[in-house]
Amino acid sequence: MKDSLFGKTLVELTALAVELGLPRFTGKQMAEWLYQKDISSIDEMTNLSKKAREILNSKYEFGLVNSTKVQESVDGTKKYLFPTVQGKFIETAMIPDDDRKTVCVSSQVGCKMGCLFCMTGKQGFQGQLTAGEIVNQIRNIPEWHKVTNIVYMGMGEPFDNLEEVLKSLEILTSEWGLAMSPRRITVSTIGIVPGMVTFLNQSEAHLAVSMHTPFDDERQKLMPVQVAYPLAEVIREIKSWDFGRQRRVSFEYIVFKGLNDSPRHVQELCKILNGIKCRINLIRFHPIPGTPLEGTDENTLQKFKEKLNEKGILTTIRASRGQDIYAACGLLSTKEMVG
Amino acid sequence: MQKSANKNQQFELEEVTISGNEEISPGVHLISWLRTCNFSPGQVVKIAADPMIAPRIYSICSGNDESEIKVLFNVKEDGLLTPWLAGVIPGMKIWVSKPYGSFKDSKKPAWWIATGTGIAPFYSMFRSGMSENKTLIHGVRKLDQFYFEDELEWAMGDRYVRCCSQEQSCNVFPGRVNKYLEEIKELPTDINYYLCGKAIMVVEVRDLLISRGVPYENILAEIYF
Repeated sequence: MKDSLFGKTLVELTALAVELGLPRFTGKQMAEWLYQKDISSIDEMTNLSKKAREILNSKYEFGLVNSTKVQESVDGTKKYLFPTVQGKFIETAMIPDDDRKTVCVSSQVGCKMGCLFCMTGKQGFQGQLTAGEIVNQIRNIPEWHKVTNIVYMGMGEPFDNLEEVLKSLEILTSEWGLAMSPRRITVSTIGIVPGMVTFLNQSEAHLAVSMHTPFDDERQKLMPVQVAYPLAEVIREIKSWDFGRQRRVSFEYIVFKGLNDSPRHVQELCKILNGIKCRINLIRFHPIPGTPLEGTDENTLQKFKEKLNEKGILTTIRASRGQDIYAACGLLSTKEMVG
Repeated sequence: MQKSANKNQQFELEEVTISGNEEISPGVHLISWLRTCNFSPGQVVKIAADPMIAPRIYSICSGNDESEIKVLFNVKEDGLLTPWLAGVIPGMKIWVSKPYGSFKDSKKPAWWIATGTGIAPFYSMFRSGMSENKTLIHGVRKLDQFYFEDELEWAMGDRYVRCCSQEQSCNVFPGRVNKYLEEIKELPTDINYYLCGKAIMVVEVRDLLISRGVPYENILAEIYF
């Protein structure tokens, strides 16, 4: 099986060009074809000599992977299903909203984290995605030229696949790559601290942390990762960083009925987030099969938001999109796996 | 991007001296060092070969009144730390954090459910005298992976259940932990369940328990990733 060009960085492309006896600048030319132009084969790299293309074709393939299924919601949200290792699938959502087109990418096939409210976790962990497979989810959808924002909030925990995620961010934000602003990209984690520290050091993209409750005992029952990386440690680490004016840190908070939607929770959130310039994104819970959890009612959700805003924490409610097409991550690929 | 405060000890680790390294089963090691602080059974420590490299997290596998802290791990061939850790000898130094974590048992009756080296926190609880009203269910692939089985069998008797998915023996349930639980007609719903091991076991067992009427609040999980 041939190695893919797609997913390689400029340094890697230049190195392989030199190794194949091609001029160094072929690396830059390949990067532009791979990440900036609408082609899908080495033969279409027309500013490379015919011989260069033959040499490349003998060892490499272009490497784009097409989606095998697309579903479109009545609200315009699309869900793409991409094949990956061992007959498994990953999901990518494209969410249009006025002038914005946000793509929600997966970083792993399945997930190891086992959060109680998550459908992806029920698949178990199937494997890591390569940087190419992550960037492919943007570059290989029809809307790719119009994508304005990217969120790493699909299947998997990005910081459990740190190296490939950082590489994908390099490709997305480099001038030779997709040349997106890192301020248009958000990486979401459940709080794997060492990965988060490396990410904060090496990338300028925004950070989102899945919190879901400010209380340790409650969080531990929702998210087993709390044992290894307690929320207090995550918050302490975030507090030690100067995020400046441009970079944003936000906290994701799925609101569950009777579990994490009380005034006590508002109070504790204010206490633990004191000193961090951040926002909270409240998320409606859409039940998954067999879950003991319920989403909170609309009235309580609005009040919860108002209380947090009154206390000075910028709080928004994320619009629920694509509910008619299993847009919550993990639902569609699980359905596809079980037929 | 800069940190507002520099932390030299990036992961807050301290150097300790290895006092023992025993291969208790092929590819599975129990390393130890002198205990310098208290801990609660079920807690974890971070371990690194170098303080500036991100540490890995391991459950403590010794009693809280023992003079040493012990950690159980299996060697991952492509791992960054465990191949090195498997070769440490007494006198060598490693970097460890203070014990921490909230995977703690209570006095309430409970079932401890583990796969593989996920037995570590429960062995720590057992060694700390907390096993009186507990049932321990340990799932492994091979019979030689029932770490500490003689001691556990002697002390816990019928409350120590072994499940083996790839080999058979008398007094060992043939199959995975999930299958063992599925075959129990009525699971107690008013006790606590502690799960420790790989994500897929934790997720499947948790789903099974919830489907049998166990409140999710009674289930506490630690996942090895």
